[in-house]
Amino acid sequence: MAIDLDRCTGCEACVAACHAENNLPLSDPAEAEKGRAFHWIRVDRYYEGEFPDIRVKHIPVLCQQCEDAPCEPVCPTYATYHNSEGLNVQIYNRCIGTRYCGNNCPYSVRFFNWFAPEWPQPLELQHNPDVSIRPGGVMEKCTFCIQRIQRAKRDAKADGRAVADGEVQPACVQSCPAEAITFGDLNDPESKVSSLAASGRATRLLEDLGTKPKVFYLQRAK
Amino acid sequence: MDTAVATRADNLRATLWRPLTGASRAYIAALALTFLLGAWGLACWGYQIFRGIGVAGIRRPTMWGFYLVNFVFWIGISHAGTLISAILRLTDAGWRKPVTRIAEAITVFALMIGAMFPIIHLGRPLVFFWLIPYPNSRLLWPNFRSPLLWDLTAIVTYLSGSIIYLYLPMIPDLAELAQHSTGWRERFYRLLSIGWTGSDRQWHALERAMHRMAGMILAVAVSVHTVVAWDFAMAVAPLWHSTIFGPYFVAGAIFSGIAALLVVLSIIRRLLHLEAYVLPVHFDNLGKLLFLMSLLWFYFTVAENLTTWYGNSPAEMNVFGSRVRGPFAPYFWVMICCNFVLPFLLLSSRRMRTIRNVTIAAFTVLIGMWLERYLIILPTLSYPRLAAATGFYEPTWVEISITASTFAAMVMFYLIFCKLFPAIAVWEYKNGSHR
Repeated sequence: MAIDLDRCTGCEACVAACHAENNLPLSDPAEAEKGRAFHWIRVDRYYEGEFPDIRVKHIPVLCQQCEDAPCEPVCPTYATYHNSEGLNVQIYNRCIGTRYCGNNCPYSVRFFNWFAPEWPQPLELQHNPDVSIRPGGVMEKCTFCIQRIQRAKRDAKADGRAVADGEVQPACVQSCPAEAITFGDLNDPESKVSSLAASGRATRLLEDLGTKPKVFYLQRAK
Repeated sequence: MDTAVATRADNLRATLWRPLTGASRAYIAALALTFLLGAWGLACWGYQIFRGIGVAGIRRPTMWGFYLVNFVFWIGISHAGTLISAILRLTDAGWRKPVTRIAEAITVFALMIGAMFPIIHLGRPLVFFWLIPYPNSRLLWPNFRSPLLWDLTAIVTYLSGSIIYLYLPMIPDLAELAQHSTGWRERFYRLLSIGWTGSDRQWHALERAMHRMAGMILAVAVSVHTVVAWDFAMAVAPLWHSTIFGPYFVAGAIFSGIAALLVVLSIIRRLLHLEAYVLPVHFDNLGKLLFLMSLLWFYFTVAENLTTWYGNSPAEMNVFGSRVRGPFAPYFWVMICCNFVLPFLLLSSRRMRTIRNVTIAAFTVLIGMWLERYLIILPTLSYPRLAAATGFYEPTWVEISITASTFAAMVMFYLIFCKLFPAIAVWEYKNGSHR
């Protein structure tokens, strides 16, 4: 995934879309105040310069799907692990809720179900049937909309072809009005996301930790 | 000569076994009170299991809170016994006799309590056994790369080892108690004394076993707290990821263990009227040991903080700053006072090392070491690497109740222990004079 920070306006459409797509639990204001709101993708704001000469920088932060993910080795039950496609996936059924992965994530993108989630009537009718509802006491996080990836692969297989570049669009990519987010296969050197990642504008979050994130942030070189 | 020995043995039994029979009104009241507090803690835990772990104050990013603080604290306390008694036994320190069993019992109870906390803190505590490696329908072993699994292994080993270590030196006493008791007590002690007759062969076997257990338990005790430290040190979080953590935690554990031992020792001495056995020299010696550990603890603390400050790396300085002058500063400076300044004043000179002063110093060390555990866990979690995720933890009444109830449980276990088993080994005194 590549996110163009020079295009991002901080509108948070991606946040809303992610909520709807992935059946994110709702939080009441009191819980949100305690830092318990669920946002698999969030928009961090950083301010550069002194008022009035100030620049706001919006950085959408989601699971970076690290190649060397710090969350993976610390899980005692293999609830979080690396799948064959290089995605960092979470198996809710295996999770017993030690929350070690959450503490060891340098990007703080893991969210814990402090209570069993509840949706006020009639909101539970809008659940996405492709995404499982998580029970209380387990960790969850961005999956790169793995359900959409699976569907695209199924469709492509039925048609007897490979998945085309840009065919899979996670909810955040689809909903971004500025078209700041690009999703694709980094293993395919011809894909759009690969060329963006190779461009001089690409940086990665906390790169010096050696986690090898698979989300590239594009911005003007200073 | 024989009659003199016999009278001495009778005297020993009269004093050391006196607490075993009868129960004063105060004893019953204390037992009832601690039981109620403990039961309240269990009720709170039940409520937490029923409602969800969210009734505790933990949140993002501080996903670990009081429960893990208590876990590290109690595992630290558990180093009272086994480690100290093993060192004293291996070095054949003559003055250890009235101290060892009291210390070993602390270990067992503190471990029983401490080992509960990782389960209490789970999001889904009812499936905690998924951590245990056993052939299962999921066709999946636990992840042996996870420090939490090392933790489980270390603690289970330590708990079983220290129960054996508490039990072995008790066998001769249990056999003697069986001889002098009637009714259920006789059957109880007879069963536990597993056929001890006091033959030479048995004595040799027992002594060999105790010696070997002392050696092994020493290694296990050091490794347990190192592994507890690695729960944190293996993470990439600022100020957790540190090579000093293993020895730092072990030193802190022995430090708080000695403090716990001193507090229990001075209470028991008063309540069970053991003034003739637990002497000022014991407090003086243990006080010296506490002083030594206080200096060692301070050395580690300086080493950790000075290198952090000098290194000046931004993520670490955030956490460091919050400790020495930020929101965590009050706790930090109270900790320094409790763990170093006060013990230094009270313990450094022979004149000051009275029973009262040593007990006060030990008590402040317990407070200081609890704060130390808090200061290790919370500041790091409150200031994650991405500043936008910063957040602070506040404990809820559930966490405070469960914390308080574990202290009550410790007292309750000890009250029951003192009613069932002599707090001081009678046979060790019979075998030779301690003066």
